Amino acid sequence: MAYEFELKKISEPPQPGFSRRDLLKRLGVMVGMAAFPPVLLQTRTRAQTAAGEAFVSLTAPEAETLRAIVARLIPADENGPGALEARADRYIDRALSGALKSQRPAYTLGLAALNAYAQSSKRVPFAKLSLVDQDAVLTDVQQNRATGFTGNSGQFFNLVRTHTIQGTFSDPFYGGNANFIGWDLIGYPGARVVVTADLQRMNVKPAASRKSAYDYGMFSKGEL
Amino acid sequence: MATTLKKTNVVIVGAGAAGGVAALPLAQAGFDVIALEAGGWVNTRDMAPDELRYIRGWPAKLQKVNDEIPTHRPNASSPNTPRLTDHPMMNGVGGTSIHYWGQSWRLNPWDFKVVSETTRRYGASRIPSGSTVEDWPFGYDELEPYYDSVEREIGISGKAGNIKGTMDQRGNIFEGPRGRDYPMPPLRSTGFTEKMSAAARTLGWHPFPGPAAVTSQSYQGRPACVYHGYCAGGGCHVRSKSSTAVSTIPKAQATGRFKVVTEARVTTIAVDKNGRASGVNYLKDGQEYYQPADVVLLATYTYENVRTLLLSKSPAYPNGLSNNHSQVGKHYFSHNQTARVTALFPFNINTWYGTPSQGVAVDNWADDNFDHSKLDFIGGGNMWVYHERRPIAAASMSTWGRAPEWGSTWKAFIKENADRQNTAYIQKTTLPYEDNYLDLDPTVKDRLGFPVIRITAEYKDNERKLAAFMQTQMEEWYRAADAIDIQKGDIGDMTVSTHAYGGTRMGDNPETNVVDRWGFSHEVHNLGILGASVMGTSGARNPTLTVQALAWRTAEHLVKSWKTIAQNAG
Ligand SMILES: Cc1cc2nc3c(=O)[nH]c(=O)nc-3n(C[C@H](O)[C@H](O)[C@H](O)COP(=O)(O)OP(=O)(O)OC[C@H]3O[C@@H](n4cnc5c(N)ncnc54)[C@H](O)[C@@H]3O)c2cc1C
Repeated sequence: MAYEFELKKISEPPQPGFSRRDLLKRLGVMVGMAAFPPVLLQTRTRAQTAAGEAFVSLTAPEAETLRAIVARLIPADENGPGALEARADRYIDRALSGALKSQRPAYTLGLAALNAYAQSSKRVPFAKLSLVDQDAVLTDVQQNRATGFTGNSGQFFNLVRTHTIQGTFSDPFYGGNANFIGWDLIGYPGARVVVTADLQRMNVKPAASRKSAYDYGMFSKGEL
Repeated sequence: MATTLKKTNVVIVGAGAAGGVAALPLAQAGFDVIALEAGGWVNTRDMAPDELRYIRGWPAKLQKVNDEIPTHRPNASSPNTPRLTDHPMMNGVGGTSIHYWGQSWRLNPWDFKVVSETTRRYGASRIPSGSTVEDWPFGYDELEPYYDSVEREIGISGKAGNIKGTMDQRGNIFEGPRGRDYPMPPLRSTGFTEKMSAAARTLGWHPFPGPAAVTSQSYQGRPACVYHGYCAGGGCHVRSKSSTAVSTIPKAQATGRFKVVTEARVTTIAVDKNGRASGVNYLKDGQEYYQPADVVLLATYTYENVRTLLLSKSPAYPNGLSNNHSQVGKHYFSHNQTARVTALFPFNINTWYGTPSQGVAVDNWADDNFDHSKLDFIGGGNMWVYHERRPIAAASMSTWGRAPEWGSTWKAFIKENADRQNTAYIQKTTLPYEDNYLDLDPTVKDRLGFPVIRITAEYKDNERKLAAFMQTQMEEWYRAADAIDIQKGDIGDMTVSTHAYGGTRMGDNPETNVVDRWGFSHEVHNLGILGASVMGTSGARNPTLTVQALAWRTAEHLVKSWKTIAQNAG
């Protein structure tokens, strides 16, 4: 499949990372194996390995914080893999040196402020907090209750949320939505260049194309 | 020093939806026509089905229109509202028809006679106070043959509801009589449009497929629509969207009489000592040029039409070209397309693919198709339910107060509901008023240092009451189709619009109108104006087909009256 080929090109060799048991412990939920569809197990492995890849724009501590945020915004759970598995963090990282370059300062300031707020309110950097505490900090940030931000903290929250959604649901060409995790989640049947009448009926769920717009070789590429 | 170029018969400023149509009858009649177009040719390879590319501002960010976005204030004593950062019109050969939705409506006969018909049916007191609305100088029948020509030349898909008085329930039974059916059958129906049609019928309404500037079958060498989506604000990589760039412009070029100069930004229209238009000044690649012409046709969309006139000052026209009666910029209004209605369904509706001109319309509450004697407004709205939903937009949907904005509960919500939400497009009659107008902004300038347009406009009582009425109808329609929840949007500010009308209104009386019934200036007889800036009413539907029919008619009039209009033609 064309897309798998693309994915191989951008992946780095596997690196050690969290074990699945760590993940479940951190999620704080007791889930049987059966509740995790096989695809989650696969992509989980990939996301763990992804942690070892070099980031293009973000520093290592910034990346750690961002990864922890996107993992809470769209978590891996009984509804399947989340933003981290979709590589939304990688999407943001790459775009901050490209199409979203103008937002780089907002991330520098915002991530630092978020970590400082976690430190001052919970005594630990954000990424090291329990999931419950992470959610509490994010809620403060979302609701403008977190201090130390330039502007209000809600603005930074919305920025990261917007980009996390982009990184999870955009065309995989941009480095996110890995393995079509985002599109599968909401049932978007994928980029196509011809759509038959059957694909527009209400009684059938259209099969996923599992293709990026750029797999068709017909289009100039967007800016990364 | 500007370079003076060789004189041509006709110069068209702007090769968009309007200018691109006018070129054809002129070139076919053997006139030498040059279009000066601020943009370039758009590449179909750039029209990828890629949502992020649109979110990041393709094509808007690249456009000259983005450098000259009008400012807006509700009224003369209020401060400006925040200036918009994007205006989605296009600078390119084909103009905004490259990436518009392609809904291609004829106006309803009532729209041409709002004053006389309202007076006849309900009494003169029902014309809202402060409105400057006039009857058009002619009726629907006058424009019918031009609608017909444009439908064929650019290629429209649809189903007639009224052919010479014979009604067909499969089409719009409220439309004015047509000479014949559309050149192509309507775009295909879908599970969702059929569901909505059935619901409308249970209410006793008349649903029908809307007319689309999209090929439903192969047409004049272009393939049929592939329904792949990314059509709202997106160009068509298979050329099935009937923009002028793939229809009338190439046909006009084929005559050998029509030339498009791209990246040519017109700054002013020049006049001779007799006060006639003598040509236009433009910038290309940093160079100044003067293009003399027997006749100038201005077709740069409403805001730029008005701005170009106001900036073209001369001793004969000290307040701007064709503005000695102070009518340029007056009778401005923008279509009320806000006050939206959104529905949540308890089942998937599968609207991902398709195009926004693929849908189902109801006109029972449009124009004067229903009795207003017990109502406190005039006019009505066209309701349109249509296709195309994109994944980032779907994931960013409202959570309807049923889930937080992030986390597992949110994720479960969008997993279930991303394909269950639909927003209708409701276009409503909007009237011109004395105190809604365009002029030049006293402080804000574009990159070249020219003032941008300032909009002074607000919705009045008639628009507000009508909007609320239409929201009630739309809710009823969605509920009849089993929607479980409804959200109604605000009417909002009457700010910069993609359906902007007036400013160079057409009419017989030069005291209240800039152009005559043919689209030529009352003051500058060899200056024609094309676009919705000449329209005095909006009706309840998108402007472009009417704009194009008027452009064709103006061009045909020029062909027939060449000697009178182009007096000093050399
Ligand atoms: C996203 C979107 C969807 C729409 N959907 C619909 C729809 O479904 N149905 C409908 O009827 N209408 C629709 N519209 C509105 C429609 O696009 C306009 O009514 C129509 O394009 C107006 O035609 P025009 O020729 O006046 O302007 P345009 O088509 O915009 O053309 C104007 C041209 O003039 C050029 N120009 C401007 N200034 C200068 C200058 N100074 N010098 C040289 N050239 C210049 C521009 O570059 C442009 O090419 C939509 C608009 C948008 C933005």
